[in-house]
Amino acid sequence: MATTARIGIGSPLSRVDGIAKVTGQARYAAEHKPKDMLYGFIVSGAIAKGRITGIDDRKARGVPGVVEIVTHENRPRTAWLDRSHQDQLGPPGSTFRPLYDDKILFSGQPVALVLADTFEAARHAATLVNVAYEAEAHNTDFDKAVAERYMPSKKRDNYIAPKKRGDPEKALAKAPLKVESQFHLAVEHHNPMEMHATTIEWMDDGSITVHDKTQGSQNTQAYLSSAFGISASKIRVLNPYIGGGFGSGLRPQYHVYLAMLAATMMERSVRVVMTRQQMFTHVHRPAAEQRVTLGAEMDGRLTAIVNEATTSTSRYEDNMENVVTWGLMNYACPNASGDYAVAAMDTATSGDMRAPGAATGMTLFEMAIDEMAEAARLDPLAFRLLNYSEDDAMNGTPFTSKALREAFAEGAEAFGWAERKAEPRQMREGRELVGWGVATGMWDALFSKTSAGAKLSANGDLEVSSAGSDIGTGTYTVMTQIATDTLGLSPERITARLGDSDLPTSPVEGGSWGAASTGAAVQMACQSIAAKLLKAAGKVDGKPLGSAGIDDVEFVDGHIVSKTNPAASVSFTDAMRAAGLNSIEAEETATGGISGMISQMRKSRNTHSAIFAEVKVDEELGVVRVTRIVCAVAAGRIINPKTARSQILGGVVMGIGMALHEETMMDTKLGRFMNHNLAEYHVPANADIDAIDVIFVDEPDPEVTPLGVKGLGEIGIVGTAGAVANAIWHATGKRVRSLPITIDKLQD
Amino acid sequence: MDTATLDTPADTYAITIGLTINGQQRRLPVEPWTTLLDLLREQEGLTGTKKGCDHGQCGACTVLIDGKRVNSCLTLAVSRDGADVRTVEGLAEGDRLHPLQQAFIDHDAFQCGYCTPGQLCSAVGLLAEGKAKSRDEVREMMSGNICRCGAYTNITDAVLEVLGEGSVK
Amino acid sequence: MNRFSYARPSDVADAVREGRPGDVRYLAGGTNLVDLMKENVERPARIVDINRLPLHDIDDLPDGGLRLGALATNADTAWDKRVEERYPLLASAILAGASPQLRNAATNGGNLNQRTRCYYFYDTATPCNKREPGSGCGAIGGVNRIHAILGASAACIATHPSDMCVALAALDATVRVTGAQGERAIPIADYHRLPGAEPQWDNTLAPGELVTAIDLPNERFTEHYTYLKLRDRLSYAFALVSVAVAMRVEEGRITQARIALGGVAHKPWRVPNAESVLHGETPSQNAFLAAAHAITEGAHGHGENDFKVGLVRKAIVRALAQAAAGTPQSQTDKRVA
Repeated sequence: MATTARIGIGSPLSRVDGIAKVTGQARYAAEHKPKDMLYGFIVSGAIAKGRITGIDDRKARGVPGVVEIVTHENRPRTAWLDRSHQDQLGPPGSTFRPLYDDKILFSGQPVALVLADTFEAARHAATLVNVAYEAEAHNTDFDKAVAERYMPSKKRDNYIAPKKRGDPEKALAKAPLKVESQFHLAVEHHNPMEMHATTIEWMDDGSITVHDKTQGSQNTQAYLSSAFGISASKIRVLNPYIGGGFGSGLRPQYHVYLAMLAATMMERSVRVVMTRQQMFTHVHRPAAEQRVTLGAEMDGRLTAIVNEATTSTSRYEDNMENVVTWGLMNYACPNASGDYAVAAMDTATSGDMRAPGAATGMTLFEMAIDEMAEAARLDPLAFRLLNYSEDDAMNGTPFTSKALREAFAEGAEAFGWAERKAEPRQMREGRELVGWGVATGMWDALFSKTSAGAKLSANGDLEVSSAGSDIGTGTYTVMTQIATDTLGLSPERITARLGDSDLPTSPVEGGSWGAASTGAAVQMACQSIAAKLLKAAGKVDGKPLGSAGIDDVEFVDGHIVSKTNPAASVSFTDAMRAAGLNSIEAEETATGGISGMISQMRKSRNTHSAIFAEVKVDEELGVVRVTRIVCAVAAGRIINPKTARSQILGGVVMGIGMALHEETMMDTKLGRFMNHNLAEYHVPANADIDAIDVIFVDEPDPEVTPLGVKGLGEIGIVGTAGAVANAIWHATGKRVRSLPITIDKLQD
Repeated sequence: MDTATLDTPADTYAITIGLTINGQQRRLPVEPWTTLLDLLREQEGLTGTKKGCDHGQCGACTVLIDGKRVNSCLTLAVSRDGADVRTVEGLAEGDRLHPLQQAFIDHDAFQCGYCTPGQLCSAVGLLAEGKAKSRDEVREMMSGNICRCGAYTNITDAVLEVLGEGSVK
Repeated sequence: MNRFSYARPSDVADAVREGRPGDVRYLAGGTNLVDLMKENVERPARIVDINRLPLHDIDDLPDGGLRLGALATNADTAWDKRVEERYPLLASAILAGASPQLRNAATNGGNLNQRTRCYYFYDTATPCNKREPGSGCGAIGGVNRIHAILGASAACIATHPSDMCVALAALDATVRVTGAQGERAIPIADYHRLPGAEPQWDNTLAPGELVTAIDLPNERFTEHYTYLKLRDRLSYAFALVSVAVAMRVEEGRITQARIALGGVAHKPWRVPNAESVLHGETPSQNAFLAAAHAITEGAHGHGENDFKVGLVRKAIVRALAQAAAGTPQSQTDKRVA
């Protein structure tokens, strides 16, 4: 089906939710206030492990406005079985149940919920709830935990075991060049700007509307239904606006459980909002240790890769990530193996944060690659090109497309890489050493079965909808563009709806599959509308379009127009009137198709990127400034270059944070994260972010997903911190193998 | 001695203060421990002003008090009796967006939108201060507003565009 | 935040009466006090809102100095023409701190009295002798990369977080206070204290005393000065270490050099005797290094903050070089001059 619409796929349409967001009209989870709503304030536990021996809430109950204090001692009954508390994305283990019993599993665990008429009363009373504990020995020291690393007997669904090829040990023994390094990544917390929050509207008819900060309305709906034994048909979850997620909203967090617990107990509307401090008591990117051993010939050709990593998890769930596979997939090398395990600590379970696994494993691997390039006395870009793999080197399968070579070329050109001095400490400006570094990024091009609906009204307005979420990714805008493209309506006539569990089925928003999957479903639903419209047009007197089939017409400005005779056309309105239709509706499900599934097994689907970074480091003081980043991305078809660029910018900024700033610091004696606030957990501020140039290289790929879209939410962060770390080496001659590279690590 | 006193904390009554919010004069009963941010969001239903940390560490709650940008989360409402408060809801004139609002849309200066009202109010304050002129100065003087989506370069572009228009006029 | 009674006096005498010793806190900009009340670290029974007191002005003093009203905001102070021209060091230090919107609310008096950013002080689930005397110090042997390397005690290794106060220390400012016993003037060096065995006391104010003004002497350092702040990101972060330098250079020789350090101690750190090693010297790396060592004599870390000892010395050397050369650190261009 052709189209002549100007604002369709590929055009830089401004965000369709822009006006709502710049005028303050967009309402987030904590911005609904049902009648008689109670404010819930969470009381956080003080110890890392042990049990609660007593709760004295008498003083707290004396605060005017306090209505109830919920603890494990007085909570209503919830489902008994472990599996009833599992969500779509929960890793193997026993899901944490807030206020379930007296056991303390991690520091900051919720131990009570104060309910009051005002926020202020609830907050004050929460400080007066006195909890006594009996502490047990804990371990939150990752280094100690690593000594007892293990491979869980039950693997997480999406875990991919590294595949061995050749004989890396033998190859290493023979390799003339050998590099062996150990890297470390600190725990990071997602810290979306909106704190996790739920407002539950308790309806008179016993149904429940849940305004939740979640990346998946239907995941939260199913979880609440199962955990509380309430029919899903009575629970509607809404999340049309989400103030950032980055993975923190993939699984239902404890705030939504507590809100539901309180609402069912009180049979009243309840709102629970975490404090920023409490945002450090749940999901986080795991701490990681990665040991990379590389062997190469004197000319720099890799002969052996051994990639080993451990990431942290809790005692009660085994969160696993794909950390070591990326390096094995990306480089041509005849002998390679990986080894991965987890290390359990007395913390909350770690979980997915932007590009989980890859942001850790590819980034750290790219720092090792840089060390081998140095050992081989090769330019790090030349080294990567020398060892470039056209195919997925771990699985031995071709990629549906891989324009990484083009990304290197275009990125290097834009950056001016050719001017780079080979040796470190050779470029300087005044007191600053200048360093240039490069790294490769890699992520999956994921597709997830998704449904979408479309409804065309008689006046020519179109609504497209899906239960998915727009967490800032631009999904509303992408849906609008695809509908515009398919049905030839101007964007102003189109309303895109998301964030409602009543809408057609959609998976949780994450992993960069949103645009490809929701987009494909929206296109199918619109195509279905188009077919129905054409059929209706047949009822128009005189049949202006004759017996034209769907391939013989195009859809332009609310008209069906014959391709061969542009004078022959029928307006949507006339077609619907003739057919006696007030509206046309369609719902379709995009699955990728059977051929897609077969090719999925035979081909690898990935996005790639080339990141070039410039840093300036004060030679004496070690102050680092990232002055320039060029990120060249090969991610298939770009639906909206404007919002796509923003996705990459965001990933790069978080990557700079990973490189220089972000670290949640653990007091291992107390078993508690200590810098649990935004003043001491540093994310990049505006002054930290200088020039970022985003390039999308041409990568047509009709095979990867129905629209040829690969997704962009994650790829921007992958490798970025590696490029920065490599640039810091080039500037200073110092290999800092532990991220973030804070100023202390650059002192002599 | 001013009349606004509350002699015992057990009292449940509130102190009545006057505020002009987005041009509207209001008489509002407030408990002295209520912040301006919570007053706006919970009592006045003006949820455009965001709570991102509640501790002055992110800037999402930035509003204009008597024309100056301030973190409303660390401002006890009672202490601002008589003040003029402008929030994101008061930036546009009817359907006509403030030039910064339009520039933010044009430059895609936000993603999730949660820090955006604070960024906008902060930028309005920055323009009024007249201190930031260069790109470096805008970056530094917009650094009190954290954007976790990482839209900084676009935010800076948007502010610079409006700043440039201002100096042309 | 607990419930409290509230008073809003309109003159200083009333305020001091309201602030009679007890669980009373004066509320000015609120940027620190309200934060701490939300953390349940501060739990005053009574708040005396001093925002209506006539202490907002910045006035010339007869001797050519400047009086900064306690309630003048940090922003109004930094951008006051007289401050910019006569005390650029102070303007620079203020602009290095916090964020524009915090500086618009935070006052000069409040800046003096802001409390430490120690993680343990802020977290009521952990031990802290400053917050709860006798409970122990979590930071010693704990997470302490931001903590003190000078003047700390076995009871407390917290630092004073202010940038402004570091400049005030270098400028030999005087703090004017009023209390039940009347007015007094406290030299800035005596205003803040070291933790010793009683870290709960940040300063030497008597209970109920109110800061009314900060006087800057008519000794201006407009050519040779700098405020150099090193931190974990390039803006909107507290200092790991900072250095304020006020210097006089005559005929190529240093005739006076004042060096104050931030982020390293429970108070802005100055050692006037050590500064004198520079007097009569021509500016040189060696002279600066000698001064840096003299000022930080006895500095030692507590594990994670060991790096600060070397870092602050290098920062002193650089700051002295900046001041001597008349190229003060910009607070917007993040390249270290």
